[in-house]
Amino acid sequence: MDFPFLLSTMKSLLAATPTTLGLFSLSIFFGGLLALLIVTMRVSNNIVARNFAKGYIFVFRGSPLLIQMFLVFYGLGQFGVIRHSIVWPALREPFVCAVLSLALCTGGYSAEIFRSGLRAVPPGEIEAARAAGMSGFLLLRRIIAPIAFRHALPAYSTEIVLMVKSTALASLVTVWEITGVAQRLISQTYRTMEVFMCAAALYLILNFLILQVLALIEHRLNRHNLRPAERKPSVMSAFFGARP
Amino acid sequence: MSATPRLSVRNIRKSFGTHEVLRGISLDAHDGDVISVLGASGSGKSTFLRCINLLETADDGDIVVNGEEIAMKTTPRGRGAASRKQLDRIRSELGMVFQSFNLWSHMTILENIIEGPVQVQKRPRADCVAEAEALLEKVGIADRKDYYPAHLSGGQKQRAAIARSLAMHPKVILFDEPTSALDPELVGEVLHVMRDLAAEKMTMLVVTHEMGFARNVSNRVIFMRDGQIDCDGPPQDMFGGKGSPHFRQFIRHMETEHHAA
Ligand SMILES: Nc1ncnc2c1ncn2[C@@H]1O[C@H](COP(=O)(O)OP(=O)(O)OP(=O)(O)O)[C@@H](O)[C@H]1O
Ligand SMILES: [Mg+2]
Repeated sequence: MDFPFLLSTMKSLLAATPTTLGLFSLSIFFGGLLALLIVTMRVSNNIVARNFAKGYIFVFRGSPLLIQMFLVFYGLGQFGVIRHSIVWPALREPFVCAVLSLALCTGGYSAEIFRSGLRAVPPGEIEAARAAGMSGFLLLRRIIAPIAFRHALPAYSTEIVLMVKSTALASLVTVWEITGVAQRLISQTYRTMEVFMCAAALYLILNFLILQVLALIEHRLNRHNLRPAERKPSVMSAFFGARP
Repeated sequence: MSATPRLSVRNIRKSFGTHEVLRGISLDAHDGDVISVLGASGSGKSTFLRCINLLETADDGDIVVNGEEIAMKTTPRGRGAASRKQLDRIRSELGMVFQSFNLWSHMTILENIIEGPVQVQKRPRADCVAEAEALLEKVGIADRKDYYPAHLSGGQKQRAAIARSLAMHPKVILFDEPTSALDPELVGEVLHVMRDLAAEKMTMLVVTHEMGFARNVSNRVIFMRDGQIDCDGPPQDMFGGKGSPHFRQFIRHMETEHHAA
């Protein structure tokens, strides 16, 4: 085992980790906002909005993310309106293109996940809230969203982990994230196994940490399914203080 | 009795498609009235109750709560409340207790009870908590305040739901078969709470199959049949043989069913 080589490889890959995390967190953030918009359209009474959302979800779930990314990266510049608009300097950046296509794609998946959460909200609990005088945003914020999010969280956790791995595709549009840097190292050293093993280990560590956080959130939100005796103070409450 | 009725329902009509479920129902509930609504399955009892707080929108007729009429409007999409604000406020003054409890599963019992007072009525949280604890004491589940609904028995859940509606200081409470989803041995604890409320002069409209409650606790019994009020009166008259032939047949049927069970 060539430890000095592994160490220097790890060092280069670690230097690329902020880029991977940037791709991941920005696309989850914007994709999440987009998903809220799409799911709102998907469950609305407006037939145009509903069908647009259906079409959106179908397209972005039904086609390969890599092709979506290529279309965004190579395709947008074909349109004069885009090339001459003020957003063009940003859209020329590979990083921005990668975030855009990752967000567009996870927006479609997350919208469906959120919708399944909404469908799991018991109608009787919504009725009880209406009967108590809640409506509109108050009803959404206090009753519908918290129950829907609890139901959606396991599936959404899976989507988040998939997104960490999907950032690797950005290497193909010349973003120097972990996988891109790994490939560059391989082309310089021809030591495929060692480099890719290091990269895989790094992704595993990232996902392990992210899953830990998600599990804590899930545990905390699932307290209503635990018996009172099982509700021991969680790590989250150690961080943020116990709930009143 | 000239005081303003707590609740006044005037000539409510409601159809689902071509099926006319309510065909003109009127009713006044005065302060302290406990009105039992009886009727066969499918006679429209739940629909009637749900039209009062507009969980269903009646096709015609008015609802007046404490002298204030709920303003309605008709648009191409159908009839509805004219003002969401007024509707929300009036709903918060009408308690509702459901057959299936409908406690909010993601909140503890205490959180369920303070939710409406804090979020809808904007009362200070500390006051609401103190009052909620007193209410839980009153319905006998003070020791369950930090439990989630999933860990309560049916009878405890229904008592919590009653406490939740009491916390809003309602003018009237609507009960839709509050004991029908309960195991027989748990019915008594809920009826006990309801009997206490009746003794405190809470105005209540109770859809029920509990003949004992209708006979002994309510001061008025209404028998619904085919979307109309078939007959009504004080329980001693109704159960003393003065009801319509249909009502007499209904109670005979209920009693044989009860003995069979
Ligand atoms: N949302 C709805 N859509 C269509 N039909 C409905 C709806 N709700 C109720 N109905 C019909 O209206 C009629 C009256 O129903 P309702 O639930 O008011 O009866 P009920 O007297 O409460 O009966 P039960 O004792 O079984 O609860 C029934 O025939 C029912 O099928
Ligand atoms: Mg019913």
